[in-house]
Amino acid sequence: MKITREEILHLAKLSDFELKESEIDGLSKNLEDIIGYISELNSLDTEGVEPTYQVFEMENVWRDDEIQPQEANREDLLALTKEQRQDQIKVPKVL
Amino acid sequence: MKIASKENSAVKMVKEALEKAKKYESYNIFVSLNEENALRKAEEIDAKIAKGEPVGRLAGVPYALKDNFLSREGNTTASVKILAPFKSPITSTVVRKLEDEGAIMIGRTNMDAFAHGSSTENSYFGPTKNSKDTERVAGGSSGGSAVAVALDIVEFATGSDTGGSIRQPASFNGVYGFKPTYGTVSRYGVVAMASSTDCMGFFTKNTDDMDLLMEIASGQDPYDMTTLPDYYSTTEPKAAKKIGVIKEFDNDAVNPEIREALKAKTEFLKSKGYEIVELSMPTLKYALAVYYIVVPAEVASNLSRYDGIRYGYRSEEAKDLSEIFAKSRNDGFMPENKRRVMIGNFVLSSGFYDAYYLKAQKARTKIIEEYNKAFSEVDYILTPVAPNPAFKLGEKVNDPVAMYLEDVMSVPINLAGVPSLAVPAGETKAGLPIGLQIVGPRRSDKNLINFAKELEEK
Repeated sequence: MKITREEILHLAKLSDFELKESEIDGLSKNLEDIIGYISELNSLDTEGVEPTYQVFEMENVWRDDEIQPQEANREDLLALTKEQRQDQIKVPKVL
Repeated sequence: MKIASKENSAVKMVKEALEKAKKYESYNIFVSLNEENALRKAEEIDAKIAKGEPVGRLAGVPYALKDNFLSREGNTTASVKILAPFKSPITSTVVRKLEDEGAIMIGRTNMDAFAHGSSTENSYFGPTKNSKDTERVAGGSSGGSAVAVALDIVEFATGSDTGGSIRQPASFNGVYGFKPTYGTVSRYGVVAMASSTDCMGFFTKNTDDMDLLMEIASGQDPYDMTTLPDYYSTTEPKAAKKIGVIKEFDNDAVNPEIREALKAKTEFLKSKGYEIVELSMPTLKYALAVYYIVVPAEVASNLSRYDGIRYGYRSEEAKDLSEIFAKSRNDGFMPENKRRVMIGNFVLSSGFYDAYYLKAQKARTKIIEEYNKAFSEVDYILTPVAPNPAFKLGEKVNDPVAMYLEDVMSVPINLAGVPSLAVPAGETKAGLPIGLQIVGPRRSDKNLINFAKELEEK
């Protein structure tokens, strides 16, 4: 399957990557190879088979909706950010 | 393993481990050492012993931590630039349990960035070298942990196994590596890769240490809703009789010395009275394609949290909010991370979802059914871990499909959620370790680890 430049840029946009020009050709080749390989799955008959999304055998683990003490406090978490003001994370203007 | 006592001080054990870590610096095993904290903790344990106070089951034992386990000691980088500055405010459940028993982390080990890879060459900090041949890869993604145990720097190391990341480097370096049943060991506080296949486990030098570590680390965790109710310690002993080998894995694509090693072990088991049963599992040949659809899809979702804002690296060049995301992510991820995220978004995008993602999840059902059928006929399955021994550094790093093909025997186990222990099984004529894996039904973990002793030739 041939991947066009537009398709690579579209996938990069969906993935939030601002690719450098020098990366595009190499990535196109890699993705073509990978998609070529995973497309081999087409030859497997899965007619009437139910999908499996998880291999965890239990369902509905309940807990009380109560606030529990946490290891990390607000100061710890804010200390990880580049900019903060009044106990909030500061980001560039959105609108 | 030996724990600290009046005769065997924790400080001495920790100092020796740190000295060895420095001696092997050229192997690039550690991302960072935890010298100061480790020595302080060792002194505390020695003081307790001197006073006659009780200490834990791992008192003073030096261990290495794969750098995707969160802990408040040092930075948790997952060997990726976007997490390089990250100092975790929380402790993963595995680390907490180990430290509660007195284990002492002496350093954080190198890995493929975000655990994406089979060689540790995708690390932001450069590759780790194989313990037996420094021109060859350590395996991956938990390459640093495997080499740290193989070179006897530490008694044990942690690892995460999403598609073979514990078992394959264990087999490339001649140590034991265990991937438990999905949900046996908490994933809380480990950098998420693919939530439906991620499993936490260990590297050790013998099966008794593995059993002890599993006793300690397993169990239900309120912080991980996919942990199973405790079963490990209360497992009823069950003797095995029938051992399966997979017909489809015995082919020319597998290194002849590895095929011989498997044959030698099955003959050995036969001589001890076990019945060897040939199994046909025809869907397994599709498992690699299924894996490289399902896992990238989950990776694309899990890695969308890295935004350059709340924690980690932020691009200096970004001028507005969308540039912070796109430039920080593009600079901060390694090439293999980008491939996987983009493939994930491809297989999940409208128009391709049914043909790839949904199809793969149906195939996953068939793979699970094949394992269920196999385990109705045999107690365990014995197979190679990988089709080849450790390959040369640089040989496959720019060819993702060639790299993925090395995972062909390890990924089906993760898709099915069953346990598998990689065990050393000799060396090639060139001196490279060969590893085999024992695969068991769900929740057979403890008996499986004990069964591994049967493969040891005294």
